[in-house]
Amino acid sequence: MYRIRTAVTPWLLLLPAAVLLAAFTHFPAVMTFISSTFQTPRGKRPAKFVGMDHYASMLSDPVFVAALKNNAIYALGTVPASIALAMLMAVIVNSAIKGKALLRMSFFLPTVLPMIAVANMWLFFYTPGYGLIDQFLGLFGFHGRNWLGDPETALGSLMVLAVWKEAGFFMIFYLAALQQISPSLGEAAALEGAGRWYFFRRVTFPLLMPTTLFVMINAFINSFRLIDHVIVMTRGGPDNASTLLLYYVYNVAFRYWDTAYASAITVVILIVLALLAFIQFGILDRKVHYK
Amino acid sequence: MTIAASLPQSRGEKLWDLLEKAGCYLLGILWVLPLLYSVWMAFHAPEYEVRFELFAPLTLENFFNAWNAAPFGRYFLNTFMLISTILVCQFVICTLAAYAFARYEFRGKTLIFMLVLVQLMIMPEVLLVENYRTISQLGLVDTILAMGLPYMASAFGIFLLRQTFLTIPRELDDAARVEGAGPLMTLWKVYVPLARPIYVAYGLVSVSYHWNNLLWPLVITNSVTTRPLTVGLQVFASPDQGVQWSVISAASLMTSAPLLVGFLLFQRQFVQSFMRAGIK
Repeated sequence: MYRIRTAVTPWLLLLPAAVLLAAFTHFPAVMTFISSTFQTPRGKRPAKFVGMDHYASMLSDPVFVAALKNNAIYALGTVPASIALAMLMAVIVNSAIKGKALLRMSFFLPTVLPMIAVANMWLFFYTPGYGLIDQFLGLFGFHGRNWLGDPETALGSLMVLAVWKEAGFFMIFYLAALQQISPSLGEAAALEGAGRWYFFRRVTFPLLMPTTLFVMINAFINSFRLIDHVIVMTRGGPDNASTLLLYYVYNVAFRYWDTAYASAITVVILIVLALLAFIQFGILDRKVHYK
Repeated sequence: MTIAASLPQSRGEKLWDLLEKAGCYLLGILWVLPLLYSVWMAFHAPEYEVRFELFAPLTLENFFNAWNAAPFGRYFLNTFMLISTILVCQFVICTLAAYAFARYEFRGKTLIFMLVLVQLMIMPEVLLVENYRTISQLGLVDTILAMGLPYMASAFGIFLLRQTFLTIPRELDDAARVEGAGPLMTLWKVYVPLARPIYVAYGLVSVSYHWNNLLWPLVITNSVTTRPLTVGLQVFASPDQGVQWSVISAASLMTSAPLLVGFLLFQRQFVQSFMRAGIK
């Protein structure tokens, strides 16, 4: 009796989590692939199998190409910038500087706030002419410009906001890692006469590597997941200059109701995420001793 | 790195040190400036939006205007209900699953654990098209439950709690069993109390995530009685509504206020919780 119970117990314990995960992660992921090979059902007409047609039309869809390109720029721009800043912030907050607590608070605050709230605040800062940024630049004689309305600066403006919002969050992980580094390493290096920059490059930075990889993967995931600021600030415009993949999915699915095509674009995001997972578990984990 | 400060310094080094410190503080000020400016705007009449005067008269009018212009009271209630539903379900569901992974051997354990971790990569909002379809087939569109369901079995929570449960000595398990306690009783009397700091950490991370979440609630709700604060703010502040900036600032601050105040009061716990959740 006892043995039967111990055999069944783990499955019963797992049941609620398994059902929900299957229903909202695994099943929809598989369904996304399947529905991307069918036409969007309209009215009573049943969906027709179209194979790879959606993927073919994607390549000639300028909005998709723009979204893909923008998302690549967005990820490759915001991820290294937030990582570098996060590292710098952690080193500052971990040093002997006065007012550490205040500095830490200042860096971390944007993380606590909802993206939608800060996006609304920054919308005002970017206002052409009298927004905070133009007023500030005006002091130095620069002319006002339409940051969010100009295809050349719209995406960059969103990226600046994203870095401001995320760097403090990643700082926390670096701070935790820095506190694990033994102070005797620093003392030894000082006795040897090593400069601070040398010490950082040869000791601190390599020791932070596992954290950097962890943060990097999370930052990349976020750059394909978080689009609140696009919705609030630019709606992908002007002329699709700031549209991101998930924002395009959202538009195609819930404004044009072309769910099949939206699924096909989602598949592209899933492939990118799968590649990231592969990098994390397949390659990097072997090179970096985790845990 | 602090050693250098105790060594005798030349004049050049001192100057460099000073510049460095100034740089650090400048970065700190730069980072908090956007928020400070929004606070300033929210507490001053609209005519000071673009005219910064240190001693301009303070006012609460923007907050009253925002509060009266949209049903923010209802939005607060919705967010509160959403977060408490999610948190309670997450705690129960993740605890049960984490216990199974930490203390039982069964066929396919590794594979199932990997399948759970998939959710760390593919968050529910990425699958919003299919998840919307599922929710509408269940007839749950525009309900609090629908906003929470996809997040209740959280891979992050399961992983975090499993790591913690693994550090608890098995002897305590056996002792409880000798006393005649079943698995659920052992879990409740031994594991949950010992993992309390992790529950606090996970709870804080989860609350701030869901307080701030926009996309999925935006898609799945369409009425005042279910909309959480983030969606409410999005509807309120849409450019075509023509609301004044200072009122939008006030509304944005209002929606973030509970988290902001909580953070300022419990800064240390917040930071430590995020650290704890991150290290695992």
